[in-house]
Amino acid sequence: MSIEARERRQPWILLSPALTAITLLLFVPLLFIVVYSFWLRTATGADQSGFFLDNWREALSDPFYRDILLFTLKIAAITTLVCAVMGYPAAYFIARSRGNKAVLLLLLMLPFWISYIIRTMSWINILGVSGALNTLLLWAGVISEPIQMLYNQTTVILGLVHFLLPFMILNVFVSLDGIDVSLEDAATSLGATRWQAFVQVTLPLSLPGLAAGGLLCFVLAAGTYITPLVLGGPTDAMFANLVYEAIITQLNWPLGSALSLMLLAVLGLLVMIYNRYLGMAQLMKGLG
Amino acid sequence: MTKIDNTTRYERLRERYMNGDIDRRSFLGLIGAAGAAYGLVTPYRALAQDVTQVRFDGWGGVVSEAFRKHAFDPYTAKTGIEVVDGTFGGGDEYLSRVKASQPGEYNIAHLSGVFDYARYAGLGLTSELNEANIPNLEYVIKKLVDVYRPITDGKISCVPYDYGTTGIAYNRKFISDEEMQEKGAKILIDEALKGKISGWGDWRTRIWFGALQTGQDPNNATDMEAVWDAIRAHRDLSLKYWTSGAELMSLLAEEEIYVTEGWSGRIYALQEQGHDIGYMDPPNGYGWQECLFVLKGSPMEACEELLNFMLAPETSIAVAEGQNYPPALDPQKVDLGAKIPTLPAFDPSGTLEGLTFADPTYWNGNEAEWSKTFGRVQKGY
Repeated sequence: MSIEARERRQPWILLSPALTAITLLLFVPLLFIVVYSFWLRTATGADQSGFFLDNWREALSDPFYRDILLFTLKIAAITTLVCAVMGYPAAYFIARSRGNKAVLLLLLMLPFWISYIIRTMSWINILGVSGALNTLLLWAGVISEPIQMLYNQTTVILGLVHFLLPFMILNVFVSLDGIDVSLEDAATSLGATRWQAFVQVTLPLSLPGLAAGGLLCFVLAAGTYITPLVLGGPTDAMFANLVYEAIITQLNWPLGSALSLMLLAVLGLLVMIYNRYLGMAQLMKGLG
Repeated sequence: MTKIDNTTRYERLRERYMNGDIDRRSFLGLIGAAGAAYGLVTPYRALAQDVTQVRFDGWGGVVSEAFRKHAFDPYTAKTGIEVVDGTFGGGDEYLSRVKASQPGEYNIAHLSGVFDYARYAGLGLTSELNEANIPNLEYVIKKLVDVYRPITDGKISCVPYDYGTTGIAYNRKFISDEEMQEKGAKILIDEALKGKISGWGDWRTRIWFGALQTGQDPNNATDMEAVWDAIRAHRDLSLKYWTSGAELMSLLAEEEIYVTEGWSGRIYALQEQGHDIGYMDPPNGYGWQECLFVLKGSPMEACEELLNFMLAPETSIAVAEGQNYPPALDPQKVDLGAKIPTLPAFDPSGTLEGLTFADPTYWNGNEAEWSKTFGRVQKGY
């Protein structure tokens, strides 16, 4: 074998364990889901194999699924926006801090050591009728009766922000950390105020990080089902809750497969748009 | 011929490769083939080899502890068979897991009522118990056993274990016993309690209570539109649907809600904790039973022996006292002690005439349509 041929093969050999894992753990299960989406659920709950378009017809034409999908995208968009507004200053503060950057990053990572479900449920003890906030307000005489704060759209968004904020901060931080601080100094020495230097120099340079954080937050928020289940009211279900119900409650795996592929397609489209304009490199940097 | 284990086999193969007896391609091919064969065969090993363990899945908590102490450990001591106990959050979730598993992977489960039994039968997941191997079955209320027989051609795939009701739980600080008696199931659609009402997010329960609220027979509702309207009314007045017993208890104990349907045993547990929570079974209230179900592909004799341990009066009584649901044991045949007669839904006669159970034919026949419709109604449609 020639040296060129060997060199051409080498990357593939090195990549083969990862490719095998991705194929077996991602593409093959995905293929199963695609196949399942064309099957049917029988009256007993058993699956009928074959090629039926019923699930797809239902998923694509029924306004019920479209409305919940739009509601899900709305909740994900609001969550992402709140994360961006709250996360940017925090990331900026960490990136520009001197000496204690590692400690701040460690503090940022601390919530990941606690289960996501426990973190979500902690809001019940904070915002509940007998929770910390109501108790404090009652004790301070601000209110005479507990306020009902839980189980609505706002608490769903709150729970999602709590879960996703560290992802946003990390991505923006990576982006800001890579920007030479002397650029801002140069801008101010040329007559720009600190605000102008930030808006015209730092912010544009950190946009890829903001976009990467935004994409991650959006995709994760749109795919969640625990938060609306724990913190939402009767009508706050998101699209992943429909998938859960189809598969677990109704034992309708074929319809659940079609619905999960529908969500995957919508989120995949967003990732493609992101990749088209910003590239995946920034996202990888943030994840790393 | 001496049998060698896989480790020795792989070591010998590696030795041959290192000695140059086989080339790299053959070596890797043999390793890969061995791995693939192991992966394919492993799920079926339970069917072929001697029984060394049995898997039991239940609701966890005090029930699991009672089973471990009174049934699993003595069973292992006697038979040498280990009991691996797992838990699940709900019957639907467990059924999904079983559906995705290989035969023999799951063995015994603590399932709800006749309805689920029929569902498992419909999916071809039943086994056939040899009742002669379960002598303690004689202590069980006959009516609870017989209800399973027509579904599986006179045979049984489970033994009944306990029963209870889903009644209405209310906070006495805000709702009096008199008001509760007067309003019955309709209290769950009382606008005066808006935001302080809850309910289980389970389509069967919602439809059952919807039928009661519209004055219909829960096992034969004729005006389903009225039932769906009642469910919508309840939804609009509810703070949220609860999804687990722990959440039900938390919502009531924290006074997030004043009234909901609730599981009799959980409400009794709240009362034991000192909360002033009332419990009422309205006329035609929802009665149910739970069973220990043996899944198809399980080692039958080992499972039957374990069921016999679990049905032993001392085990049944200990579990019943732990979970606050009366055992399936007939009070006319077994002395159930002091606590069990005080539990809600307990029937001292052993006839269970006062309880209304779900008709499996009726509910299973409508399951596909109603569970789907409820999924929509629940979300505001």
